[in-house]
Amino acid sequence: MAATIDQAVASSLLRTMFLIRTFEEKVSEMYAKVEIAGLLHLSIGQEAVAAAIGSLLRREDAMYSGHRAHGHALAKGADPGRLLAEIAGKAAGYCGGKGGSMHLSAPEVSFMTATGVVGGTIPLALGSALAFKERGEGNVAVVFFGDGAMNGGSFSESLNIAGLWKLPVIFVCENNGYAEFTPISAHTLVERASDHATLFHIPAVTVDGNDLLAVREAAEPAISRGRSGEGPSLVECLTYRLRGHYEGDPNKYRELSEMAEWKAKDPILRFAAWAKKQKLVNAKQAEGLEAEVRELITQAEHFARTGPASSPDAVATQVYA
Amino acid sequence: MNFLQSITKALREEMQQDPNIYMLGEDVAVGGPYGATRGLAEEFGENRVINTPIAEGTVVGLAIGAALQGLRPVVEIMFVDFITLAMDQLVNHAAKLRYMSGGQLRVPLTIRTACGVSGAWGAHHSQSLEAWLAHVPGLKVVMPSSAADAEGLLRAAIRDDNPVVFVEHRALYYQTDELASDSFELGRAQVRRPGQDVTVIATGRMVRVALEAAEELAESGIEAEVIDPRTLQPLDLETLARSVRKTTRAVIVHEAVVPGGIGAEIAAQLQAAAFDYLDAPIERVGAPFAPVPASPSLEAAYVPNKTSVVAAVKKISKKA
Repeated sequence: MAATIDQAVASSLLRTMFLIRTFEEKVSEMYAKVEIAGLLHLSIGQEAVAAAIGSLLRREDAMYSGHRAHGHALAKGADPGRLLAEIAGKAAGYCGGKGGSMHLSAPEVSFMTATGVVGGTIPLALGSALAFKERGEGNVAVVFFGDGAMNGGSFSESLNIAGLWKLPVIFVCENNGYAEFTPISAHTLVERASDHATLFHIPAVTVDGNDLLAVREAAEPAISRGRSGEGPSLVECLTYRLRGHYEGDPNKYRELSEMAEWKAKDPILRFAAWAKKQKLVNAKQAEGLEAEVRELITQAEHFARTGPASSPDAVATQVYA
Repeated sequence: MNFLQSITKALREEMQQDPNIYMLGEDVAVGGPYGATRGLAEEFGENRVINTPIAEGTVVGLAIGAALQGLRPVVEIMFVDFITLAMDQLVNHAAKLRYMSGGQLRVPLTIRTACGVSGAWGAHHSQSLEAWLAHVPGLKVVMPSSAADAEGLLRAAIRDDNPVVFVEHRALYYQTDELASDSFELGRAQVRRPGQDVTVIATGRMVRVALEAAEELAESGIEAEVIDPRTLQPLDLETLARSVRKTTRAVIVHEAVVPGGIGAEIAAQLQAAAFDYLDAPIERVGAPFAPVPASPSLEAAYVPNKTSVVAAVKKISKKA
């Protein structure tokens, strides 16, 4: 798999993961200081999935996400300052503060929308895919969801239609083992999203979601199939969130040993170590990337912190087009 | 041309002039249960007139995504009773994406759906749920009562850049038009019969019932002004209030159950806009607070009719 990645791509992937991690650490810090309000779901520990998929997409490819969406939007190219301002409820945010963390939308980079309803955006991705199929430009739609969405009707119904109509959609399940506070085993006997997809005759693969290269290797042919009119695919990424379900989650439903085990599998450390070993990114370059990202996030924080809050005058505007 | 043929005409002509219009729904490629989409798949191809599995929630969600991507989908939900299955997508995404995105997104989506009691089809094929929909910021709700409006308002709905639910009463499908309209703009009420003694505001099929009641009332010397709001969201309060200021009395008639019905909202808005002019409490006529029954004898007892409208008018009329 190493053969497919050159130095520029390796640097870019590492940078995206640094960006997501640093951004979300900043979100967490600002939340702790009560500079951000609301219900925040961080993807710390799951960055490889967003970075790998995002790196394979064109600007025109549509992306949809669920409630844990910050990393996806960043991987699609959304501006960190406007994202952070949105999460902080500021007028300069992408949505003028009307969306917030769970309803991010950055259509300028085709990050269409995220949702607070588990599984809710899966059907929407099919709609973008239908439009792409009709236009024949080879664009694809990607939707991220968690294992909690596997047991809802919109997932099964969407697999059925996507397969039947050969829609260019890539279902990306971030299977982090827990739906909110409950392990997957308490919700279903079918613990693999790929098993659902196979039932509907959709090519599917389950990979180690903390191995960026494995995710990329699985997603590349899936996206190619979508672009060439061969229909949908599903990529299931087994991963783990190193934070709680939401910021402030006391996390009592997980063993410390389990968390320590996954911390050792941190996707950023793993990829950085591999890239160094392959002589794709040396230590100095990695430090440089990290420093550049930190500066970017400092600027984003400044932008989010200093801008005005959303004006009360806007409370009932933009309801209709 | 009847109501149903007018629907087909609007769909066909809109599809002819805008290649972004796509039709989706159960059986639409074979014409649908009443033939509203008959001939469209042959004319425009089955890639634009798409039969979907029976999965209302996902089909509406898919249409939302297609709308975000620049298409203008028209979804047929065979019975409004089944819109319950799509309420999540309709309420949480179609209605809210414009707002939640701070005006970045638009959802030009039309949902056509059949409502109302007709033919003893029972509790799952006969409901009137429009008040739920009108309660959701971001949705528009249209209830045509005539063939002319079926065509004109459907065109307006399809051309609107917002999600519009277009609620068609099944019992009107074979109605041949004799009611004319001044405009086909969403949010404009239509005076169906002028009168000076009482304002009767009626929606959907109840417009016909109200007009019959008005004829009977005229025989007793009561001239009712019958107004059809036509769109419940946005609501043309000005036209309704202007009439009530003139007549000083109002009766609101809908087929939906009375508690929490659109009549409650209209009454509240009217009393705020015309309180000083009212000479009697605003009366509401609708179905009893019960599901729609199946038996023809129960069904007849369920739906408001000429007699119940006449009685309501007389109750608040000085000439009673």
